[in-house]
Amino acid sequence: MTTRIVELRRGILKKNDELARGLRERYAAGGVLVLNLVSSPGTGKTAFLERTLRDLRTSGWRVAALVGDLETDNDARRLAASGAPVRQINTHGICHLDAEMIDRHLNGWEGVELGGLDYLFIENVGNLVCPSSYDLGEGIRVALLSVTEGEDKPLKYPTLFNSADAAVITKMDIAEAVDFDRELALKNINEIRPGIRIFETSAKTGEGMGEWLAYLSEARGRKEV
Amino acid sequence: MTDSLAALPDATKGARVLEVRLRIGALASVVVDSLEFCWPIATEGTPLEGARMVVKTIPVVLHCARCDADVELEGVQSFRCPRCDEPSNDLRQGRELEIESFEIDDGPAMTKETRDVVGEMA
Repeated sequence: MTTRIVELRRGILKKNDELARGLRERYAAGGVLVLNLVSSPGTGKTAFLERTLRDLRTSGWRVAALVGDLETDNDARRLAASGAPVRQINTHGICHLDAEMIDRHLNGWEGVELGGLDYLFIENVGNLVCPSSYDLGEGIRVALLSVTEGEDKPLKYPTLFNSADAAVITKMDIAEAVDFDRELALKNINEIRPGIRIFETSAKTGEGMGEWLAYLSEARGRKEV
Repeated sequence: MTDSLAALPDATKGARVLEVRLRIGALASVVVDSLEFCWPIATEGTPLEGARMVVKTIPVVLHCARCDADVELEGVQSFRCPRCDEPSNDLRQGRELEIESFEIDDGPAMTKETRDVVGEMA
């Protein structure tokens, strides 16, 4: 038997990474800042995004959203109430969005051109594991965590929190009722991603939204997209 | 991963794969036990069927600005320099999810008889 070793050194997600690079170029050419929102199911991504879309539109920004779920277009319908163009991506069992799905749903999105947007939000499938491995070409990856989930979530899911550019704590309006240990949560996030910007928000009361919107505005300016 | 076989050089097409070596970073979100469990199922009916899977785990390496050095972390629970405790976001290693190499069998082995014949001809 003649055996030999063939060196390959090929990333298993190479195809996704190549597509993501293409997307990143498209976003830059269109001058749109793209944010990828990642959290567990039930953190409140949709409520947070509803509020964000509405507030940004009120300030005159041009926004749109792609929303991933295994099934149903419930989230897209909720988000569309903000008046922004929204497109649902049903993954039919796949637990994350990948670059190919984004590419496919950007193409042929009636009435939406990247060049006509200031912000595009991608609400990922609720999952803290797999989405962290799939680059969608986004400019900012946002990890969300609600006050009901336990302060040690960043320690349990370090891959996601370490790859995030910003962290959002949701449902601050019920923090007291659930004995949320704010200091500990902030410490844990910082342990995994030192110095990350953290926003403490409530989509219900609007707490922290001003700071979040200011960050979005700064980020657009900084990236000069 | 079985798709990645398409990236093998043409000369190796049709060869039997004996072993696949993977490099998996501590931050790659891959559970090696699960991968090992799935391996025979995922490779069934592909050229990888029957191949061994060997995983090399790649620890997280951070660059510490204070020490001006790349430092290896023991775990993924704290992104601080193990020497000086300085936090760092400068990740240099640990997200790998790669096929490092394949070991392939190029064809039927030369038997002792074949070797003898070849030897005589020479």
